[in-house]
Amino acid sequence: MAGASWPPLRAGGAERCSLAVNDLWYLAGGRALLSGINLTLGRSGITVLMGPNGAGKSLLLRVVHGLAAPTSGAVTWGGRSLNEETRRNIALVFQKPALLRRTVAANVDFVLAARGVKDRTDRRNELLETVDLANRADQPARLLSGGEQQRLALARALATDPCVLLLDEPTASLDPASSLRIEQIIALVAARGVRVILVTHDVGQARRLADDVVFMSHGQVVEMGFADSFFSAPQSERARAFLDGRFVL
Amino acid sequence: MQDLGGAIQLALSLIVSADRNLAEIVSLSLLVSLTATALSCIIGVTLGAVLATTRFAGRGAVIAVVNALMGLPPVVIGLIVYLALSRSGPLGFLGLLYTPTAMIIAQTILVTPIVAALSRQILEDLHVEYDEYFRSLCLPHRNVVAALIWDGRFSVLTAGLAGFGRAVAEVGAVIIVGGNIDHLTRVMTTAIALETSKGDLALALALGTILMAIALFVNGLVYYIRCTALRSAYA
Ligand SMILES: Nc1ncnc2c1ncn2[C@@H]1O[C@H](COP(=O)(O)OP(=O)(O)OP(=O)(O)O)[C@@H](O)[C@H]1O
Ligand SMILES: [Mg+2]
Repeated sequence: MAGASWPPLRAGGAERCSLAVNDLWYLAGGRALLSGINLTLGRSGITVLMGPNGAGKSLLLRVVHGLAAPTSGAVTWGGRSLNEETRRNIALVFQKPALLRRTVAANVDFVLAARGVKDRTDRRNELLETVDLANRADQPARLLSGGEQQRLALARALATDPCVLLLDEPTASLDPASSLRIEQIIALVAARGVRVILVTHDVGQARRLADDVVFMSHGQVVEMGFADSFFSAPQSERARAFLDGRFVL
Repeated sequence: MQDLGGAIQLALSLIVSADRNLAEIVSLSLLVSLTATALSCIIGVTLGAVLATTRFAGRGAVIAVVNALMGLPPVVIGLIVYLALSRSGPLGFLGLLYTPTAMIIAQTILVTPIVAALSRQILEDLHVEYDEYFRSLCLPHRNVVAALIWDGRFSVLTAGLAGFGRAVAEVGAVIIVGGNIDHLTRVMTTAIALETSKGDLALALALGTILMAIALFVNGLVYYIRCTALRSAYA
């Protein structure tokens, strides 16, 4: 399986992997894109973030990573506010990853070099093996297919050896087999103690992976709870409608 | 005044026989313009990278000025450098007037805004695309700049070639600060101007042909670089 020869990840489940979001507001263009978000997520496990298009999921990920500054409210990791030290432990895979104009291998090497890894070749090959791109190592990254680009983006994120992994629809354009492969990797990483927050529209995937679920709509957290209870008996009408595939507004 | 046919024949024979006088002029031209371009690339790309990646008060004004300087007429640059280097000028003590160094200085001033403005645009476009990713990695600023220049290397190289094309073809600046002295500061463009006015069309035509060939070569190289970069999605 993919992770057999995985480079050892740092001891996961550390205190610094727990997230607390307190009364978070993000206003832009006269709209509240995030309104009064409160969240506490434990130090390990997989949290799936769901909700209709434009609900604010990607924005929330950017805010908890510190890429976007909220209008008000606080984000803390393990009780500490966002700073360079906390942020270096958090890897974010963007919905549309920006791949460097280099080869596949050089994209991973770039991250390893930025993290001060000296012997990069073995580590890079393992990471590419993991996402099934080892045979494309010498190709220009931007000529990869959409799904391959997302797998490379995941490899780059893992190259930072994160303790928190934020994934924004990492399997959105992947074929079923590749999606399952990515799910295996995510499950494995989480099992090693990496805190995963995953945005997905794939209900099946959410059921397979989620320990708990946060359901968002209109910039608000509508419902959150354990995956089992969320999927078997969603409390809110909006979540019920979303899961049934009805139109949610 | 020779007849045209004879002049062309003589010009070709000068080129084919690699006439010493001709070779001297061509190599000085290349030396001056290549050195000026190299210096301009170092200054211009650095300036472009700083403008592309930092935000400060007056940044817009600086960019507007750099863009405007792209269109500075070579004779004006020649005049300014002349005034600075002439015996009574502030840098007159250096004794650089009418030397190849003075010509390099003038052409560097001519080409730097071109390289700076073009690479600023190139690097800024890349920066917009990579910014969030680099910030998510907490990448230090110098690494950001290095990565942008490396990823934009093909386009930046093209900007440098555009600068070289302008330098090697200009006459106004080098004739003022170089003085077109035989065996010392005579380059292709100044020689063409002189020989034509003297009626020695053969040498002028030979130099003109070589200048055209250089221009074609540079344009071909730019085209080739673009194609290579596009083919591997590095552009
Ligand atoms: N910087 C910004 N300025 C203004 N509006 C923004 C900004 N960022 C996001 N938005 C808006 O915020 C809303 C939420 O965007 P976001 O990308 O977070 O949605 P999402 O839940 O990830 O949707 P999707 O499922 O389509 O990816 C959208 O309406 C978007 O237009
Ligand atoms: Mg999104």
